[in-house]
Amino acid sequence: MSAAFPQLAAIRLGFGLSPLMPPPQTPEALLAGLDNAGPGPEAISIDEASAMSQQLGDLAKARKQGVASAEEEYRAYNQQMSQLVVRDLQRRLVRAVDDPTGFGERLVQFWADHFTVSPKGPAQNPLALAFVDEAIRPHLAGRFEDMFFAAETHPMMLIYLDQNSSRGPNSVFAQKQSGKGFGLNENLAREAMELHSMGVGAPYTQKDVRELAELLTGLSYNAKGGFSYNPNIAEPGAETVLGVRYGGMRRGGLDDIRNALRDIARRTETAQYVSRKLAVHFVSDQPSDALVQAMAQTWRETDGHLTEVYRVMIRHPELGANLRGKVRQPFDLLVSGFRALGIPGERIAAMEFPQLRGQTMDVLTRMGQMWLRPTGPDGWPEEAEAWVSPQLLAARITWAMQMPGRLVDPLPDPRELMQTAFGGTQSEALAWAVPKAESQAEGVALVLASNDFNRR
Amino acid sequence: MNLDRRLFLKGAALIGCSAAAHPFMTSMTFAALPTNNRLVVIILRGAMDGLDAIQPYGDPMLAKLRRDLSAGPAAGALDLDGFYALHPNLAPLLPLWKSGELAFAHAVSTPYRDKRSHFDGQDLLEAGTGNDLPVDRRIGGWLNRLLQATPGATAETAYAVGMDQLKILSGSAAHLSWAPRAALSLSPQAQMLLEHVYHDDALFRTAASDAIRISGETGQMALEKGATAEASSLGAFAASRLNAEARVAAFSIAGWDSHANQPQILGRALDRLAAAILALKQGLGPNWGRTTVLAMTEFGRTVRENGSGGTDHGTGGTLIMAGGALRGGRAYGRWPGLAEGQLYADRDLMPTRDIRAYAGWAMRGLFNTPQDVLERTIFPGLELGEDPRILG
Repeated sequence: MSAAFPQLAAIRLGFGLSPLMPPPQTPEALLAGLDNAGPGPEAISIDEASAMSQQLGDLAKARKQGVASAEEEYRAYNQQMSQLVVRDLQRRLVRAVDDPTGFGERLVQFWADHFTVSPKGPAQNPLALAFVDEAIRPHLAGRFEDMFFAAETHPMMLIYLDQNSSRGPNSVFAQKQSGKGFGLNENLAREAMELHSMGVGAPYTQKDVRELAELLTGLSYNAKGGFSYNPNIAEPGAETVLGVRYGGMRRGGLDDIRNALRDIARRTETAQYVSRKLAVHFVSDQPSDALVQAMAQTWRETDGHLTEVYRVMIRHPELGANLRGKVRQPFDLLVSGFRALGIPGERIAAMEFPQLRGQTMDVLTRMGQMWLRPTGPDGWPEEAEAWVSPQLLAARITWAMQMPGRLVDPLPDPRELMQTAFGGTQSEALAWAVPKAESQAEGVALVLASNDFNRR
Repeated sequence: MNLDRRLFLKGAALIGCSAAAHPFMTSMTFAALPTNNRLVVIILRGAMDGLDAIQPYGDPMLAKLRRDLSAGPAAGALDLDGFYALHPNLAPLLPLWKSGELAFAHAVSTPYRDKRSHFDGQDLLEAGTGNDLPVDRRIGGWLNRLLQATPGATAETAYAVGMDQLKILSGSAAHLSWAPRAALSLSPQAQMLLEHVYHDDALFRTAASDAIRISGETGQMALEKGATAEASSLGAFAASRLNAEARVAAFSIAGWDSHANQPQILGRALDRLAAAILALKQGLGPNWGRTTVLAMTEFGRTVRENGSGGTDHGTGGTLIMAGGALRGGRAYGRWPGLAEGQLYADRDLMPTRDIRAYAGWAMRGLFNTPQDVLERTIFPGLELGEDPRILG
């Protein structure tokens, strides 16, 4: 099946076609759309996030001390902080639904998953939002090394991968506190190489992991003091990572860390591993070597300039050859459903609890993608099979039957919806079945539940 | 191709290729597991206060550390043996205690210590590892490793029941997951059209056909609203699968985090647990006699009552066991005492046994899992220790 670039761009690289806006006509128009995906007016900074968690901590303390007014205040604020997860999903949905090209918001989703974090409890929720606003969005179209550094040193990542509790074994701090169980934690150093850059097959050793972990000591965060490089907890001396020495007698702190991450970001293993991951996400569960090599070569030639790497991928013939080779992840499916039905972002922005939770968070959870709760630091699975088990498919079909009636009045003619959603790329089987539905509602459901719509 | 022929071929295609092409969701069973024994694991999310669920009122320190909570038979708890008493909300389970189908072990824990985070604690409980390994899906859960180590296990052998993720079953071994609430209700015409649409897409066709089949087999269960009814439906659904091919099922019950108003919060959670266990017993019928249920929580709660009528995150917890296969009606494990110097970090119940040892010995007895597989693969690094002989 062949499809024109605008259809391919919307379906494969964006969130599907919409009656409210035309799809991007050319690869350059698609790439120009990346400008829309930067931090928005709703962005949360680390400082704001810290103030919020501190406020929650203060209220919890006051409540414990028995301050009369604190109980209610604490409950209200704790609820507000808990609901941030749903609010985050809401604002991501709104931006994705309204994005004329979609590729930028898809990339936000991709990179936020590549650098998976997960907040543990209400006090950490604001930091998880700040992570996407500060570490991911500003660097989507720039060099990988800048996003790599921003993500690995962001407070949310320091907490999620235990860097915040890592202490140089010979640091000033550790010598004062000897025997109290403070020591080196390798979690972030390992994942930085294994999941975030070179991949598990790359030729790094346990010694490289340990030396990078020692180099990363000093990165520190708490809600009161914010982010800092704390030399007291840093391991003194130089560290050798993959044959390169960083730091020395007078450690440059953050600069040494930046240099080491930059060097890792520019390695051929990283070019290969991350290019392949992009191709797997956007093109095929099993992309060809030719596609991956072409992307990796551009990565090496441009020191990981991401827009250049994307350009190779979106112009490659394999993009068109694998239409519907991927299953839409639940978040993508939700956005695509809203877009196909012509539901604008403002409609979603106006939703309030409990409908908001019911139509967004709960739906994703049933489809197996609980927002901000991936099962591990390797993020959501890519393979189609992981998303189409009996239970998860039942949730998709049930959503297709229930959502349109609750959010759209009047329902569209199913035949027109099919035309809108697929732009002529639908299968013969679907085109045969939709007009035979018993009711408008079932016809609409059939379009949204179809494998055509659940794939991209 | 006309529709009748399509539907006819659909059946033939399923027999021919679905299992081979789709290891995650096969609807076929190659061989039944060579056992009739059944294991159910219930994860109690939020840290159950075991000292209130099954109150060691015979220890005089308990009344000194807890002002209002866990006051034993004097406050309506049901005496079990002169030392322990059952929380009033667990009264529906008292007949099981009397018939030897209910037991518990206090002072159990995973190797998790000190940080007392629900998330980390549950991760470790479900991964079944020690603290030395990072916890994530690359390790998967210990029930999945049981499947990997059990000859003849197929996707139908184990069910993850309910809407939440069950890391305890995640991993490379195929298993099925289903929630009673996932029930599909399709008009005959919609089902026919959907089957037509999915026909040439094996992944969707197989998953939909399994979903429709499971829905049809289990759709009669009443889905009343409310948390207790929900827990009951999880138990009833698990029972229906265990009566068929499944031998392992897992689900979770949340709502144990009783920092304040513990009588109300814990009371409701215990209602749910009792309802789930009774639904399992009722649903399993004669198979209940070959079933062991392990209800496990990530850690216990502080021995002292806090200032808001609740308890905070602790260490040593409680394992509740049920089932006709059990040697029940008794307390297992060593009671560590509550006096000064006997508590962990001067605040929590001191763990006296790894909770994994009980699960390990249960699997040894139910599935004949070799001891070295349990100690090296399923619970890497664990020494099973002495057999507590929990099975009858």
